[in-house]
Amino acid sequence: MGASGSGKSTLMNLIGCLDIPTKGRILLMGKNIAALAPSGLAAMRGKLIGFIFQQFNLIPTLSALANVAIPMMFQGVPSERRNARASQLLGMVGLGDRVHHKPSELSGGQQQRVAIARALANDPKIILADEPTGNLDSTMGHKVIDFLKELHKKEKKTILMVTHDERLAKEAERIIYLKDGKIIKRG
Amino acid sequence: MIADYLKFSFSNLKSRKLRSYLTMLGIFIGIAAVVSLISLGEGLRYAVSSQFGFLGADLIRVNVGSAFGPPGSSTPSNPLTTDNINQIAKLNGVRMAAGRNLRQVKMTFNGKTSFAMAVSMPDGRERKEIEELIGYSAAKGRMLKDGDRSLAVIGASLADKETFDKEIVPGASATIQGKPFTVAGILKKKGSFVIDGAILLNEDMHRELMGLPKDQYDFIGVRAANLKDVDAVKGSIEKLLRKKRNVKEGEEDFSVETAASAISQIDNVLVGVNIFVFLIAGISLVVGGIGIMNTMYTAVLERTKEIGILKAIGAGTQSIFSLFFLESGILGLLGGIIGIALGVIGTLMLAALGRSIVGTDLFQARFSPLLLLGSLAFSFLLGIIFGVAPALRAAKMHPVDALRYAK
Ligand SMILES: Nc1ncnc2c1ncn2[C@@H]1O[C@H](COP(=O)(O)OP(=O)(O)OP(=O)(O)O)[C@@H](O)[C@H]1O
Ligand SMILES: [Mg+2]
Repeated sequence: MGASGSGKSTLMNLIGCLDIPTKGRILLMGKNIAALAPSGLAAMRGKLIGFIFQQFNLIPTLSALANVAIPMMFQGVPSERRNARASQLLGMVGLGDRVHHKPSELSGGQQQRVAIARALANDPKIILADEPTGNLDSTMGHKVIDFLKELHKKEKKTILMVTHDERLAKEAERIIYLKDGKIIKRG
Repeated sequence: MIADYLKFSFSNLKSRKLRSYLTMLGIFIGIAAVVSLISLGEGLRYAVSSQFGFLGADLIRVNVGSAFGPPGSSTPSNPLTTDNINQIAKLNGVRMAAGRNLRQVKMTFNGKTSFAMAVSMPDGRERKEIEELIGYSAAKGRMLKDGDRSLAVIGASLADKETFDKEIVPGASATIQGKPFTVAGILKKKGSFVIDGAILLNEDMHRELMGLPKDQYDFIGVRAANLKDVDAVKGSIEKLLRKKRNVKEGEEDFSVETAASAISQIDNVLVGVNIFVFLIAGISLVVGGIGIMNTMYTAVLERTKEIGILKAIGAGTQSIFSLFFLESGILGLLGGIIGIALGVIGTLMLAALGRSIVGTDLFQARFSPLLLLGSLAFSFLLGIIFGVAPALRAAKMHPVDALRYAK
């Protein structure tokens, strides 16, 4: 948690291998990702990390199923296995009957669940969620959080979430506070 | 893997159909122009070479006047004569020489009219020689005999049901240039329009029908005794005619053609035409290529956010490059396919139009597989070449900047 501009998204991007720091090291599973080349960063993103964004960020031209399946395409998974896993994941997030819908045909909550399914596609160790409930009403928001909690419990995923909502933050095992790009408190 | 990327790129193009088609416009105009003009040129070359080709390489043809234009389209001021034929026949290495006349005519049957080539046949031994040389033989009815009047032997495609809406059988009556005659026989189909579209008439009959003066020939067909002597015989005919017609070397008012020389003349004309075609097509293809580049840059810009998302979910530089690269390749390839289709249709239409307006079979469509495959490969290459820069731009985008991009 932290005020706007405190560096939450920046930290997420660094952990998520989307960006590299100008100075210092970032150790992820014992590896200094700050020293990786773009191809190495892409591989880390593809295998180790799943992103969930505030704006859902689904590909508008693709169906829910295809959206969930593409991360696997970049890892070279054959198309039958991709589609099987994608529909299984969509079933898990309660969208088994919406697989062929385009993002524009889905509600915000449904889109965010597609995004969660997509984040899980390559069975990552870490899920990074930057204000995943920011564009959802509180009922939908709670549903999403319940999903993430379940993922943590059942699938043992590490979930790192940014939120401005104190009540949602209470659901977490640890809370880290940022200010001006620095960690000021860790729970 | 590639198949998956192709599918993805293809679906992106499909979601922007109109723009994709507009982008391909330049490509398909260029490809269509190349395909149709080259194919017509090839058709012309084929038409000319088949006029000679089926006659065999040992045939030499002596023409007067212009070497171009349909044979028999004009009456030369100084025509070939019976004397010329006899002189040529006596030359060393000549097996046979026969004068022939050839006129484009209108044939009417069953209330329908069609163009045909009325060809004269000499009497006697030369008739046999020519029938043998060209391979004229009757599929139905009989061939002409010396002294036959108001009788004709017609080519297979003239007898065909398609031509006059009714099949012509021996004994049928038809008219040539409005004058009635009886069909004595139908020639065996040869697959060459020169034979299949011919009307054979005895020389006297032909003269009468066409109103040609006596002792004048459009051309003399000469057969060399030996294939290896063809060029030597050609040379001695030229020497003889220069003397008889009193013209200097280089100022001949006649031409002595062999199969090889006729084709090389056509090739000379076609080279000029082809350079022009390639120039026009080249310009339109470069414009088309730049169009693809422009469209791809626009697509990269519009899909910046999408690129960011794809990178966030694990797409590497190479993957993004491939996606956009393939997309421009598909644009080129599709443009090529449509261009080839348009070119083929255009060629067939132009050839048909040419035949019906000018009434000569010189307008033909000949599609070489090499040309079609080459055009396809070239258009794909064009898409790829002009797609490199936009695809690189997409691939090199910084994921965070791309994700932050608001459309
Ligand atoms: N550790 C740091 N060192 C230098 N600059 C930083 C650091 N952390 C953040 N910044 C800069 O601060 C700005 C805002 O950061 P960021 O977008 O991460 O904020 P945020 O906490 O996500 O805010 P919001 O709640 O509005 O999303 C960015 O321009 C970023 O470059
Ligand atoms: Mg932020």
